[in-house]
Amino acid sequence: MEAETPASEDPGRKRRVHGMLKLYYGLNEEGKADEEPQSLDPCDINGPHFDPEHYLNKLRKECSLAELMDQETCMVKQIRSLDSDMQTLVYENYNKFISATDTIRKMKNDFKKMEDEMDCLSANMAAITDFSARISGTLEDQHAQITKLSGVHTLLRKLQFLFELPARLNKCLELQAYSQAVSSHRRARCVLQQYSHMPSFKGIQDDCHAIMDKLAQELRQKFRDGGSSAKDLSECVELLLQLDEPAEDLCEKYLNHAGSRLELDLQSLEAEIRPSPPGPALKDSSTRRPSPSVTVGSPPDGTAKTSALPSPSSNTDILEFIDRGCNEFVSSLCLVITSYQELFVNHAQTGELASKNIPQMANSKLHAFVDDLAARYFSLVERRIKEEKGVADNSLLVRALDRFFRRLQAVAKLLPGSSVPQQGTEIVIRAATERVKQYLAALQSFYMDSLTDVRQALATPRLSLAAPGAGSHFGGSTSGRDAPSSLPELLSSLSASILNQIKSVLASVHLFTAKDITFSNKPYFKGEFCCQGVRESLVVSFIKFVCQSSRQFCESAGDKGGSTPPALLLLLSRLCLDYETSTISYILTLTDEQFLAQHHNPVTAVTALCAEAREAAQKLLNHYVKVQGLIISQMLRKSVETRDWVNTIEPRNVRAVMKRVVEDTTSIDVQVGLLYEEGVRKAHSSDSSKRTFSVYSSSRQQTRYAASYTPSAPMDTNLLSNIHKLFSERIDIFSSVEFNKVSVMTGIIKISLKTFLECVRLRTFGRYGLQQIQVDCHYLQMYLWRFVSDENLVHFLLDEIVGSSAHRCLDPAPMEQSVIEVICERG
Amino acid sequence: MEDDAPVIYGLEFQARSLTAQTAETDAIRFLVGTQSLKFDNQIHIIDFDDENNIINKNVLLHQAGEIWNIGASPADKEVLTTCYNKTSDSRVVSCAAVWRMPTNWETGSHESPDDSAHNPQTLELLCHLDDSAHGNAACVLWEPMGDGKRVISLADNHVLLWDLQESSTQATISSTAMLEGKGQLKFTSGKWSPHHNCSQLATASDTAIRGWDLRTMNQIYCIDNAHGQLVRDLDFNPNRQYYLASCGDDCKVKFWDVRNIQEPIKTLEEHSHWVWSVRYNHSHDQLVLTASSDSRLILSNMVSISSEPFGHLVDDEDLSDGEDNHQEDKCKEPLKDSVVSTYEEHEDSVYAAEWSSADPWLFASLSYDGRLVINRVPRTLKYQILL
Repeated sequence: MEAETPASEDPGRKRRVHGMLKLYYGLNEEGKADEEPQSLDPCDINGPHFDPEHYLNKLRKECSLAELMDQETCMVKQIRSLDSDMQTLVYENYNKFISATDTIRKMKNDFKKMEDEMDCLSANMAAITDFSARISGTLEDQHAQITKLSGVHTLLRKLQFLFELPARLNKCLELQAYSQAVSSHRRARCVLQQYSHMPSFKGIQDDCHAIMDKLAQELRQKFRDGGSSAKDLSECVELLLQLDEPAEDLCEKYLNHAGSRLELDLQSLEAEIRPSPPGPALKDSSTRRPSPSVTVGSPPDGTAKTSALPSPSSNTDILEFIDRGCNEFVSSLCLVITSYQELFVNHAQTGELASKNIPQMANSKLHAFVDDLAARYFSLVERRIKEEKGVADNSLLVRALDRFFRRLQAVAKLLPGSSVPQQGTEIVIRAATERVKQYLAALQSFYMDSLTDVRQALATPRLSLAAPGAGSHFGGSTSGRDAPSSLPELLSSLSASILNQIKSVLASVHLFTAKDITFSNKPYFKGEFCCQGVRESLVVSFIKFVCQSSRQFCESAGDKGGSTPPALLLLLSRLCLDYETSTISYILTLTDEQFLAQHHNPVTAVTALCAEAREAAQKLLNHYVKVQGLIISQMLRKSVETRDWVNTIEPRNVRAVMKRVVEDTTSIDVQVGLLYEEGVRKAHSSDSSKRTFSVYSSSRQQTRYAASYTPSAPMDTNLLSNIHKLFSERIDIFSSVEFNKVSVMTGIIKISLKTFLECVRLRTFGRYGLQQIQVDCHYLQMYLWRFVSDENLVHFLLDEIVGSSAHRCLDPAPMEQSVIEVICERG
Repeated sequence: MEDDAPVIYGLEFQARSLTAQTAETDAIRFLVGTQSLKFDNQIHIIDFDDENNIINKNVLLHQAGEIWNIGASPADKEVLTTCYNKTSDSRVVSCAAVWRMPTNWETGSHESPDDSAHNPQTLELLCHLDDSAHGNAACVLWEPMGDGKRVISLADNHVLLWDLQESSTQATISSTAMLEGKGQLKFTSGKWSPHHNCSQLATASDTAIRGWDLRTMNQIYCIDNAHGQLVRDLDFNPNRQYYLASCGDDCKVKFWDVRNIQEPIKTLEEHSHWVWSVRYNHSHDQLVLTASSDSRLILSNMVSISSEPFGHLVDDEDLSDGEDNHQEDKCKEPLKDSVVSTYEEHEDSVYAAEWSSADPWLFASLSYDGRLVINRVPRTLKYQILL
């Protein structure tokens, strides 16, 4: 019902007019009500609450006359336009109403015609129903006959199938369509069984049996030949099962067959372990590089490859070996297990065989079978792993083990309750511990090698590096005996290289516990491996080894007169001391951090190791003192023993050996100073400087000689020295020294001077012999006091020497102190 | 049980040589030889009165020279040997001689103790053990438990076996052996084995210990590098015929089984300087005495290698059952070698230590300054060994 709109009016106006009219008629469309909220203002002439009175008053109040006039004209104009609008609308609606009335009238006529036609249709339908009933009545007899005929036909078809069965089976046999034959036979079997009392059927049945026997025979043959694929085989087995073959036999045979194929895999694996000519190994290294994961783990540069490859005697590396094992053996094993389970376990559970306990029997057979094969596989793998001696590339082994382990998980999933994964884990654990052992051995040999290097470095004197200060007082004749200045370098390089080696070994071992390795979350690798394996049997053992080997240097060298160069002893002692102070705790902290070990079992404490290291350091240093002391002692002893002290000439010089002693002592001092701190001396008395020292010694010695050379008083001989001894402390000659230079030097000098004393006591001196000793001792006194912690010690020992030689002198006439000084100062 | 305090005796002269009077089995008696270049040297006869803890001394003059070694005859109390240095024409020569003590030294000293110091009697020379062909004598060894007719002297690199005839007034060389090798080899000391019918001798030279068969005068074994440095002394175990103790400048005391000379069976490292003397106790060979130039004397109890490692097995058999069990319990405790005691009475190097021939629990030590100290084995240990 569309309104005809005048063209002149724009849509906005028309709409407003519509709205107003609607308002007027009270037609408030709900949907549009919200659009234009109606004003509540009573003065709004278009609003619903318009109050004319109010409006008028308002106008009158607010507007001027002119405005009122304008308003009025405007109002009149609006009223007029509204009136015309209304008229138009009324007209429009009137027209529509008339056309509607016409339409209704027309419809009334049409309906009347349609009612007539419907009556006619219902009459026709009744006639059709009647006819149909009559036709079905006449056809009923024939329908029954047809049904019977079709039943007979089906039976005949079945009989025909039975009769044709032998022939069909034969044909199937010929065509090797075994499954078809078996299904045919199965279909006929029951019937034949049922009607076997009838001779004809009996005949058929016998025929069928004969054929089926033959078929079974053939199947068995095929099964036994084992030439067929796994799929064929399983089909074969399925058929045989359907033919009521005893399941146990089948299991046995099936497993035997599968076993023989797996055997081949194993044999090919074994062949790889056997030593082979180097040809394939070389070819192998150049051509084959298994699986991209290798390149992820470590960049396979040439060195890594060549160092990893020559060590095992087999021609493939371990990863490849394991890969092959996994891909060939383990996967076919899995396949066998699946198909076997499919055939004998799952299948039987659903089928009619379930009652015969076949699944249990089959399962136990399978377990035995898998266990047996896996054991052989494991022994092969273990043999292969044992050949993996080179420790160069651990990631290879770890990945191989990982793969090995992961593949076994598949077996575990297929065969729950099998001991195979357990054994696999054990192998991995064994391999890991073995590897740790190898690393320990490698570390140890590395340590020994670096010691040999150090030894060589010490043996080849590096003159250019000889300390400039060493022996500059003595004509620069240090001769670079121990290449002193290189000692700290050697020490630092030695300890750094050891530390690096330890770190790299730790990093390698750490691969075992990496997150992406399947077996790393086994409890063993989380706990015991970290704690017992790495910490105890690798790191702690290594440290202990270092200490032990150091101690061995002391023991073995002791009797043979020091085959170890003294500088090495000194260096090792410093190394052990460094270990005690920092390195051990650092290494152990590093280990604990890397391996996050939770120590359930008691582990070796850091303090215990430190104590051991300290003990080793002490022993080495003591031994160093002993060796160096003995070298100097030996010189002194030879010099005393070989000379005829009775018939010697008047001393003009300090003996060369004394200069040598001082030189050597100085160079030892430099050597020790390179590695050890100065240490504390007793406070020097004011007379330590050389000048006052000579006064001191001369006054003292002369008093003593004055007493001892009085021939009338034999009792006074030792009086002064005895009194001195009463008040001085007992001197331990070969005693333990402290870790500082002064203490070491004191030890060496003590040993040397005591030897000098004992040798002097075994000799007899003439007048000049005594004087020579006086000169020598004074010379030693001039130079040696500066090295020791307590100069009185040197004084005391030298006094003893001079005193003893005076006693052993046939004609004791001591030299003037001033002359001695002159000789000594001349050098 | 407090142990008796050590008894100390001081000599006027320096001294190195000490021996027990071997033939004397009743009195505790030691002989000390002095070293002096300017005065007449003496031999001090030290008698120890065990009950009163008193020392009696007698002095005999030994005018020939300073004494480096002294040995008492095992058969005749009054016969002894010395090695001494003689200086003539500004040359020092080492000689060896057999001496007889004057018969009345004992009575003389008792009557006038003061007198003996002023007018000491002189030793009577029996014979010289010198041969111009062989060099300086280092020590003289009497045949152990022999009849006092045979001695061995070690001179430079020669072993000389002497027969003493006509009451020891005449000595003839019956056989000799020579040490051959590079350099100037010299015997340091030696010991005549009391085993094998006294047919073996062990000598020390430089760092080696050598065994000699006296019947053939051939070397029978040689322990090279027995000590890191000079071997100073050795002694045979009196009860175990193959066991030998040695000491030296490497501060060690080593025990050897001469049937296996590769390794010592035991090593002691208790001294802090050269060890100059080692002595087995004559009856209880677990007791070993060592003297060192660190001025210490150490008594060790080497149970593990002694002839009585488990205590007195013989005694056990006689015991009744109850006590037997008790004894067994004791025996099961592992016996450990240990240092019994360290004696620090000396203030100078101790060069000699000897067990008394009369009292097995008593020993003397001599330091260079002339101090002689007589000590006893601690009572606890003594009873432990005896009971």
